[in-house]
Amino acid sequence: MRDVLVMGMGTSGLVAALRCQEAGLKVTLLAKGVGSTHLAPGTIDVLGYDPELVENPSEALPRFADRNPEHPYARIGADVVARSLEWFSERFDGYRYTGSVDENFLLPTAIGSIKPSTLVPETLAAGDLRKGGRLLFVGLRQLKDFYPALTAQNVANAKTPSGADISARAVQIEPPISGEADVTGLALARKFDDPGFLDAVATQISALVDGDEAVGLPAVLGLRRPREVWEGLQEALGRPVFEIPGLPPSVPGVRLHEILVAQFESAGGRVVVGAEAVGADTEGDRVTAVRVAAAARIKPFVARHFVLATGGFGSGAIEMTSSWKVRENVFDLPVMGVPADGQRFSPRYFDRQPMGRAGIRIDDSLHPLDGSGRRLYANLTVVGACIAGSEAWREKSGEGISLSSGYKAATTVIEEAM
Amino acid sequence: MIEDLIRGSLDHCVKCTICETHCPVSRATPLFPGPKYVGPQAERFRSGDVSPDDSLDYCSGCGICTQVCPQGVKVAEINSRARRTLKESRGIPLRDKIISRPTLSARLATPVAPVANWSLRNKLIRAAVEKTIGVHRRAPMPKFAGRTFQSWARKHDAPRLDRSVVYFHGCSTNFFEPDLGAKTVAVLEHNGFNVIAPRGQGCCGLPLQSNGLFDDATGYVERLVAKLAPYAREGYDIVATSTSCGLMLKREAYEILGMESDDLRVVSERMYDICEFLLDLQERGELETDLSPVPMKVPYHVPCQQRGHEMGKPAVDLFRLIPELQVVDTQRACCGIAGTYGLKKEKYDIAMEVGRHLFEDVTRMEPEVSVCDSETCRWQIEHGTRIRSVHPIELLHRSYEL
Repeated sequence: MRDVLVMGMGTSGLVAALRCQEAGLKVTLLAKGVGSTHLAPGTIDVLGYDPELVENPSEALPRFADRNPEHPYARIGADVVARSLEWFSERFDGYRYTGSVDENFLLPTAIGSIKPSTLVPETLAAGDLRKGGRLLFVGLRQLKDFYPALTAQNVANAKTPSGADISARAVQIEPPISGEADVTGLALARKFDDPGFLDAVATQISALVDGDEAVGLPAVLGLRRPREVWEGLQEALGRPVFEIPGLPPSVPGVRLHEILVAQFESAGGRVVVGAEAVGADTEGDRVTAVRVAAAARIKPFVARHFVLATGGFGSGAIEMTSSWKVRENVFDLPVMGVPADGQRFSPRYFDRQPMGRAGIRIDDSLHPLDGSGRRLYANLTVVGACIAGSEAWREKSGEGISLSSGYKAATTVIEEAM
Repeated sequence: MIEDLIRGSLDHCVKCTICETHCPVSRATPLFPGPKYVGPQAERFRSGDVSPDDSLDYCSGCGICTQVCPQGVKVAEINSRARRTLKESRGIPLRDKIISRPTLSARLATPVAPVANWSLRNKLIRAAVEKTIGVHRRAPMPKFAGRTFQSWARKHDAPRLDRSVVYFHGCSTNFFEPDLGAKTVAVLEHNGFNVIAPRGQGCCGLPLQSNGLFDDATGYVERLVAKLAPYAREGYDIVATSTSCGLMLKREAYEILGMESDDLRVVSERMYDICEFLLDLQERGELETDLSPVPMKVPYHVPCQQRGHEMGKPAVDLFRLIPELQVVDTQRACCGIAGTYGLKKEKYDIAMEVGRHLFEDVTRMEPEVSVCDSETCRWQIEHGTRIRSVHPIELLHRSYEL
């Protein structure tokens, strides 16, 4: 029997699985497919808007949790969020993360908007716009997902709290690529792993830089050895270089995924990809097994503890039928916060969307609750995007909730298992 | 019905590109634009016998796209079925009809194995074969053993044991690697299983399927499951050492060939990959653990078709039980061969490029052997590294000192 079965391999599932495995528990990480890391920018955004721009998450979080008692952060706790960030930062050497819960970076996105992020890969940090600066955005002609002129123009017009001066311009280079039908960011990242390719790109950029400009490129600076690529380019150009995450496949997201999976497997964890949890066996307030659809058969996975990290509506973990029935697909947990007819959605895309807050209600140790606040299963914890009460895309809180809830679920499991 | 199921999954595609990030072929050649483009996107332009996208033929059919899809889109199945339509509309080359029938050539070659093996390694003959039918002159070819696993099994003096299990050994164990079959029997007997190896087990049809010959493949599956089904109905589990052939009977016969039959259903419900079967024993506390040290450091490659079982990496979990054995999971996507893909003149170089990083990793370790669950992958890895590649059973067999 396994000690822990974690379902889902986005950030929350990976973090919960890794912490439990490293604490000496035997963990199986089960996933229907590869998780949301590949679609996310690879930054840890804890709290960006409340609803005004948040400059210091550690100051803002307690207030935010008080005002939003149904929010995941109210259950997780600001202190746990801070501890989870420290734990996360310490996991990386070589390709490192930088930042702290006491401040938000303001990083440019691919369309030149500004996004508050708390922990960011070191390779992104020099794009921080809080103190302004002179920036050169470099496009790679073959990459159709990044337009440096768009980025530069919007960044130059961006308003930061300090009002510091930002100047930005754009150039385009043509890296030496032959015979590629369609170049994705990932294909380019693999090319950057080759030192010869990096040299050729550095030579082209160095002819275009001016004064003390920092150089921004799409986040494609290497997949297997990003730190060497980034440092090599900074050295060759004699100035700060930063990456800008863009459309999927997200290279910083893939790096994050590969690093965490490798750490989990080398600690002895077991990964099963392609198999979907489709149901569960329970006895009273305990889950005894999760039923998993693998090739040819539904297999029961028996474990002592279970972590639900399957995601929300986006991943299909929570589904809504055409008759507005909402269902969580593994344990049939009650989905809370589903708004009444007429209040489900706002007509404007970027407004508050009440349906987005629907999810599983949890207690302070992340066990799922029913409508009357009663704990449903004592050996099941719920993490990540399936928790009710947040509007991650507005708050810029998704990865922060995932990381801190994954971290805290592991604490619960470890305490209960030991 | 299968058509509805597979095409229905199309609408779940959110264009997230996760399949693209895992495709081993599109990163090796611009001739294949990737599973999303030729799968969920190009499928919109296909109907009936119309398949406008030739690049589809460069899909190797490894299936990783379906495994990693977080939305449950049957990308590989969509592509396999579309490729059949494409190949039928273009005419299937003689070459593909020959290399997809390994049992046929093996039956002819086994009695004259030395001559057959010499011919397959003769440069002039191979050059002529490349020119006439299009099998690449350097493509890896297994050696005919000259004897079959079945002939060994008939003479094998089996102990009388309480439990029995059926062994689906597949063509490759029978004709090319009979020793693997004997070692599998020894490991199973050591764990208290009487091993039944039904005679007349033909090919599972996988090579035919991957070459678009669905009708012939379906016939092969029907004949094979007719042999195995009586045992399944009696309640025997069936184990396979050919991980791809096991998967064919577990899943691909349904989801690619679109078969539905009672024989197939009972067989697939009882079908286990050998490592899956042994790990299940271990989980129940029933696996013999008198394992002696095997002081080696070996690279292990998870074959694509093994991933298709959706069971993790049971071989790695079993290796952890062997004292002093250090196994390094290469974490590489694919060796390139994909059954018969890498044999083809126009695809050999792509297959070698797909496997290049794996070959480099294995070679760098200078191991005594490398380990992999699939036979065509082992032959390709040996071809790319000049280092012997073995099935996980070999290490267990060695550790049990049988």
